[in-house]
Amino acid sequence: MKTLARDSKDMTEDKKLIVNDFSIHVATVNGSGSQSSNTVLLRSIFQMGIPVSGKNLFPSNIMGLPTWFTIRVNKDGYIARKKEVDILVAMNPQTAVEDIKDLRPGAVCVSPVELNLDKIRDDVKHYVVPFGELANKASDNVKLKKLLTNIIYVGVVAELLDIDQKEIDKAIERQFEGKAKAIDLNVRAATIGREWARENLKKEDPYRVERLDLTKGKIIIDGNGAAAIGCMLAGVSVVTWYPITPSSSLCEQLIDYLEKYRLDKETGKRTFSVVQAEDELAAVGMALGAGWSGCRSMTSTSGPGISLMSEFAGFGYFTEIPTVIFDVQRVGPSTGLPTRTSQGDLMSTYFLSHGDTKHVLLLPSSVEECYEFAMKAFDLAERMQTPVFVLSDLDLGMNQWMSDPFVYPTTPLDRGKVLSKEDLEKLGGFARYKDVDGDGMTYRTLPGTAHPKAGYFVRGSGHNENAAYSERPEDYLYLMDRLKRKWENAKKLVPAPVIDHNKDAKIGILAFGSTHWAILETRDQLMKEKLPTSYCRVRALPFTQSIPDFIEAHEQVYVVEQNRDGQMLDLLRMEFPHLTAKLRSVRHYNGLPVDADFVTEHILEQERNAR
Amino acid sequence: MVQEVTSPSPAGKAPQTNKLGLTLADYKGSPSTLCDGCGHDAITSQIIKAFWELSIEPHQVAKLSGIGCSSKTPAYFLSRSHGFNSVHGRMPSVATGAHMANHKLYMVGVSGDGDTASIGLGQFGHLIRRNVPMIYIVENNGVYGLTKGQFSATADVGSTLKDGTVNRQTAIDLCGLAIELGCGFVARSFAGDPKQLVALIKAALAHEGTALLDVISPCVTFNNHEGSTKSYKHAKEVDRPLHELGFIPFYEQITVDYEPGTVQDVEMHDGSHLRLKKLGLDYNPTDRFAADRAIHQSHKDGTLLTGLLYIDQETPSFTKLANLVDKPLSSLTPNELRPPKEALDEIMASLT
Ligand SMILES: Cc1ncc(C[n+]2csc(CCOP(=O)(O)OP(=O)(O)O)c2C)c(N)n1
Ligand code: SF4
Ligand SMILES: [Mg+2]
Repeated sequence: MKTLARDSKDMTEDKKLIVNDFSIHVATVNGSGSQSSNTVLLRSIFQMGIPVSGKNLFPSNIMGLPTWFTIRVNKDGYIARKKEVDILVAMNPQTAVEDIKDLRPGAVCVSPVELNLDKIRDDVKHYVVPFGELANKASDNVKLKKLLTNIIYVGVVAELLDIDQKEIDKAIERQFEGKAKAIDLNVRAATIGREWARENLKKEDPYRVERLDLTKGKIIIDGNGAAAIGCMLAGVSVVTWYPITPSSSLCEQLIDYLEKYRLDKETGKRTFSVVQAEDELAAVGMALGAGWSGCRSMTSTSGPGISLMSEFAGFGYFTEIPTVIFDVQRVGPSTGLPTRTSQGDLMSTYFLSHGDTKHVLLLPSSVEECYEFAMKAFDLAERMQTPVFVLSDLDLGMNQWMSDPFVYPTTPLDRGKVLSKEDLEKLGGFARYKDVDGDGMTYRTLPGTAHPKAGYFVRGSGHNENAAYSERPEDYLYLMDRLKRKWENAKKLVPAPVIDHNKDAKIGILAFGSTHWAILETRDQLMKEKLPTSYCRVRALPFTQSIPDFIEAHEQVYVVEQNRDGQMLDLLRMEFPHLTAKLRSVRHYNGLPVDADFVTEHILEQERNAR
Repeated sequence: MVQEVTSPSPAGKAPQTNKLGLTLADYKGSPSTLCDGCGHDAITSQIIKAFWELSIEPHQVAKLSGIGCSSKTPAYFLSRSHGFNSVHGRMPSVATGAHMANHKLYMVGVSGDGDTASIGLGQFGHLIRRNVPMIYIVENNGVYGLTKGQFSATADVGSTLKDGTVNRQTAIDLCGLAIELGCGFVARSFAGDPKQLVALIKAALAHEGTALLDVISPCVTFNNHEGSTKSYKHAKEVDRPLHELGFIPFYEQITVDYEPGTVQDVEMHDGSHLRLKKLGLDYNPTDRFAADRAIHQSHKDGTLLTGLLYIDQETPSFTKLANLVDKPLSSLTPNELRPPKEALDEIMASLT
């Protein structure tokens, strides 16, 4: 039989077991209800103590288009996307042929009998399942049958991989918390799948799970949820937003948390205010208005919204108003691939707005950092009196990540330099933009402060120390140079890079954000190729001194990022022109989360070419 | 006109003060840098007067604007208040945010016809839709003053620029639009009618929601010529006041000294009264359809209908719907801002 496999000659008859190290790729139709089944599958493995990660590769569509869910199971704790698919669950007729073509020989394919996928490739291990018949057993209701098919494949896969049924039941209970009927139906359907597989399928593949003890006490959460918790604990009181994938779930989760934890105990009234704005321009305008008026305020968006916020971003920088802006990046320009991931907003956000503008950017890599940097962002914004951006991305923001539970903050809120009525009584007045402390960060008052000298005028036009209109060259220079000084001082306040300096390494890797997870794995892969590496994970802009030091200390540094033009590379070249010759670049920008194989191959290739 | 100023000047010498002991000068701003005779300055004077006469604490006022000659004016009144000159057409969003953070502030927004009817039309509409409590004054001169006299979207059909260019596009009537959008306080006035204007500003301050004042404010430099429908001369000629206005603040006694049927008394939320004395026309500002009709009729007739066009005090304000604690969010203490460790523990437990 003719095979469509890319390369079938190395199909191995490996009888060795592969335990806790594989990926499952579930192909379904968007809106078919597969999401909850996939979560059950993910969680049941997690509950067995085995490290997992789950990524949803979905289309910009509500219903009908193909969607894939990838679960990576890895005993060593690698949770980046795995390039190779080991087990395909091909439930979507639209994509089944493509999906199976992409499989590597020896991979596993679970599919409905009517798709006849076993006729297309004979170099993969097929498990053909009569899902229709099994669904008939699970329910008489046509609609339910369709939904239950999803949990039936979970049952089949659970049997094949030896996932404990108790854990499946537990995960179902959790998924459908409080809905006894749904729990019952799903548990039964999963069992139907499982029992059918036990009686009818002969296990002929190496993949299986075995209990470990590596996830005890851990949580599973998406980056947007983590950021939402961080914002709440930062004391955010004004939230303004305009819906956009992949950022919406940040504000949506935040609102849910606020409704639960930020109500006044006595009156039940809110200690926060939320507006779904008419656009991102209004959202950031409201956030700045609230920041000026004395609240911790925030908005969250993605690339198109960031573009709209441009004018206000420069205004906030120039008039020195604190607010926090989350950019959960997706693929652009324009609408681009709205449900795919990217790190393409780095450059445009760093310089967002016209004129001499530069912003503070925080670059979380993990859900834990989404949480921590959310809190950090509010402290920084109020300390520095400027908009602070947190750049996450779709992969980090919307996918499921394992993490240690978050630690309650030990430092108090830093509200920055705010003068009260009493302060003004003592001082007799103040100059809004005077650099009293020499750090570029000045004192402000809040509207409503009951003192005749508390008021000052915020203006986007030139102003002097007293916030009065001025076009005098000296005043403008003073202001711009002070803003620069403030910027320099930001370097002491932003999260420092995390550097792992390997003494044997001639080459270094520099990365940021969600790229981190592939780098961890790449470094191990390179080590096996006898190429030890050092690693610098940038966590914020402006760059701190340790970054050029890191580059200096290595022969070459590979800058790995998820955009086409190497934006981080360009920023490094710009700020450290003398180090340009040392920098090399690896760029992944097809919309999928970067995987370790890709990075490793590209580094190895450049190393070979350089020789 | 009702005298709101309480303490009379002793022995003629010292300047008059209001209930807070502040003089009119205490409500002034820095000197205006606008052209001599600009309508905007006339409006500024009435804002100063209204806030002084009502004895509003200046530090409790936030004055905001967009960009334009009109938007510069917050610098020329209430120097003790907090000011915010934002970006072009986006003052409503900043005002909304400021209000979310501190709903105790009195907010006065000043904008132009360019700032509101063109670049800012979207935010203007949504401010009204949210019913954020503030006075929104449009200083309407039919042109972009600051960029040297181009037509704005409120220029009437047939009105000309100085060089003779004729406007052929329909004018946006901000009052008609505001009524359509559900605004609960819609008034039109003229910079050349200070008495009417000051009463309207006071009443707007007492309104719980967005109050729009569309004030014809001639641009003496670019739009005060023959052929302009926003010149002083033209406005004066076609001005048709709907009623004579008087404002009685909540802390004053109401006296009944008028013949029945000649006066309509509107009680505001804070107990103040707006007294509308009839001027021939039989106009009921609580009738939305009538207001709409009157506005359209005035366009047809080429008149300028001024006064309180529409009032509806029933629509709940943004503040009311927000269901906030009484004190401003900006005054919450760290303990009120950051939920306790138990909250995080609970969330973490739900994620394991
Ligand atoms: C984004 C942006 N576009 C254009 C301008 C230039 N601009 C400044 S004021 C103005 C028009 C102001 O007209 P209006 O609001 O009617 O104010 P007026 O000067 O007539 O009082 C324009 C177009 C700007 N400041 N910002
Ligand atoms: S240009 Fe027109 S609007 Fe501007 S200050 Fe002069 S008169 Fe007033
Ligand atoms: Mg104008």
